[in-house]
Amino acid sequence: MKIRLENVVKTFETFRAVKDVSLDIESGELVALLGPSGSGKTTILRMVAGLEYSDGGTIHFGDQDATDIPVRDRGVGFVFQHYALFPHMTVADNIAFGMKVSKVKRDKAAIDARVADLLRLVRLEGLGDRFPAQISGGQRQRVALARALAVDPKVLLLDEPFGALDANVRRDLRRWLREIHSELGITTLFVTHDQEEALDLADRVVILKDGQIVQQGTPEKVCRDPQSAFVMRFLGDANVIAADVRDGRAYAGDVSVEASGVADGRAELYARPADLDWAQAGPGIAAKITRVLDRPDGRRVLAETQAGEALEFDVEPERILNAGETGFVTLRRAKVFAI
Amino acid sequence: MSASVSTRRKPPRVGDTPVFRRTLIGIVLFLVAFVIVAPLIIIGVEAFAKGWAVYRDTIIHPDTQHAIMLTVLAALIAVPVNTVFGISAAWAITKFDFWGKRFLLVVIEIPFSVSPIVAGVAYLFVYGLQGLFGPLLDAWDIKILFAIPGIIIASMFVTAPFVARELIPLMQAQGRDLEEAATSLGASGWRTFFAVTLPNVKWALLYGVILCNARVMGEFGAVSVVSGNIRGQTNTLPLHIELLYHDYQAAGAFASASILALIAVFTIIAKVALERQGAGRVRKQANPAEKTS
Repeated sequence: MKIRLENVVKTFETFRAVKDVSLDIESGELVALLGPSGSGKTTILRMVAGLEYSDGGTIHFGDQDATDIPVRDRGVGFVFQHYALFPHMTVADNIAFGMKVSKVKRDKAAIDARVADLLRLVRLEGLGDRFPAQISGGQRQRVALARALAVDPKVLLLDEPFGALDANVRRDLRRWLREIHSELGITTLFVTHDQEEALDLADRVVILKDGQIVQQGTPEKVCRDPQSAFVMRFLGDANVIAADVRDGRAYAGDVSVEASGVADGRAELYARPADLDWAQAGPGIAAKITRVLDRPDGRRVLAETQAGEALEFDVEPERILNAGETGFVTLRRAKVFAI
Repeated sequence: MSASVSTRRKPPRVGDTPVFRRTLIGIVLFLVAFVIVAPLIIIGVEAFAKGWAVYRDTIIHPDTQHAIMLTVLAALIAVPVNTVFGISAAWAITKFDFWGKRFLLVVIEIPFSVSPIVAGVAYLFVYGLQGLFGPLLDAWDIKILFAIPGIIIASMFVTAPFVARELIPLMQAQGRDLEEAATSLGASGWRTFFAVTLPNVKWALLYGVILCNARVMGEFGAVSVVSGNIRGQTNTLPLHIELLYHDYQAAGAFASASILALIAVFTIIAKVALERQGAGRVRKQANPAEKTS
């Protein structure tokens, strides 16, 4: 089911949570709404679900105008951040709930068979008789997904689906959700503030800031070509170095990078920790190492330039570096944004 | 090693000297015995002071029977009405946003803070012959004051907050996620309420109902103003006890009081049993992850 949002607006009392958002989600696509808290991502998701009504604009499901269809009839599967499993029902009863209240009557055998199928799909065979309090967080999230899928939703919506889980479980569930998605091919929209989650999971990432879309594209596209300092910063660690732009090149210390399209004058260089390196001799940006942090996959170096800018970058584990050393930070690549 | 630890004299913590501890416990025990336990014992002793026959005669006396009947009738009407009111109020306050919500929260608590006799007097002014609706009611020959409806209305006023007060904090803590989930799965409002909301608040609800019931049955102040104390007609059990006592029928008064005391004991037992089920306080979320929001 294709979803189309046109000029959607939502205001809470005086706070404009969503400002004029237009977004197309193709049938079968897996899209992430990514943004910091307060960016309006959850509000957009809830409007698509029908849990909130928009104050302006339209939401189409396929050719049907769904803007004013209540959540009950909208045919969406919604997975809540804290699962919202019914604590007084078993896992099987939770999954069966949507089928039992459905206007489409099914007999008990059909419901039981479908519950068994879904338990198999979410790999929780044998846990149907447990109560939500008796299973782990990751298992609860899978029950919540099975429950949402049980009603054959046109669209699957997930609100920070892995937000309350620890890192290892998150990573597993992420891969697993991706598998389920390719198996079922259901149009899926999920909300996250975790850029790694969005990039790992989604076909397309929609980045939001202050209720507006600031950039959208495939994970590759948004990573390789962030179009604003905000996106650059939000997607990962970034070093910021003051620079001067002259004739399409940005100069910092005695290095320069290409900066076509940026107006002459003061600008900022943005570089990922992996884009910087350390050398005893120039050309580079003169700096002094302030600390070295050792990590399993390498060494993170904290350095300070003569101008007082703090830089962070990674070097191979074998490199011998010590705090207090002076040298030059070299630049493999960087993005330039005007101030 | 471990033995020496357990037998070692521990230095007193702040305010934890043996003298202080024993004095404090002593004072509390003395007050409990003197203020709470002794009167209860007296009720039992005095009720049977003149023998089982007098006790039985008092209980089966038509006036007592009528008082019991009236008290039960008041409870049978006031408790369900206040239960429905409490559920509606709690639902409205916790699941919807509307103008005047905070005000409503405060108003619901008023019967707790105002003396019941004030409520009784207020009803006199509203429904009394010289009151607001008095002439109108009189013209239609509807008797509210000094009749059963007055007793029931006064009881309802006094006990209005009990159920709502138990439900509101719990339902606030539970949030709206469950109802939203049920609705998104296609459940109607009624279905959501009966299948999802109610089962999750049932212990708190029962707890509120039991406290409400105990209060209705024991209510004296408001009812005494509006009932008119007509023996065998508008006397509830607490009023009947007072009447007997003023008639110097101490044994009868105590016998009737023993019924109320018995109800109180059952109420306490039910309350403790329900508290074990987690009612009467906001339940800890069974799921630790749910606390992270």
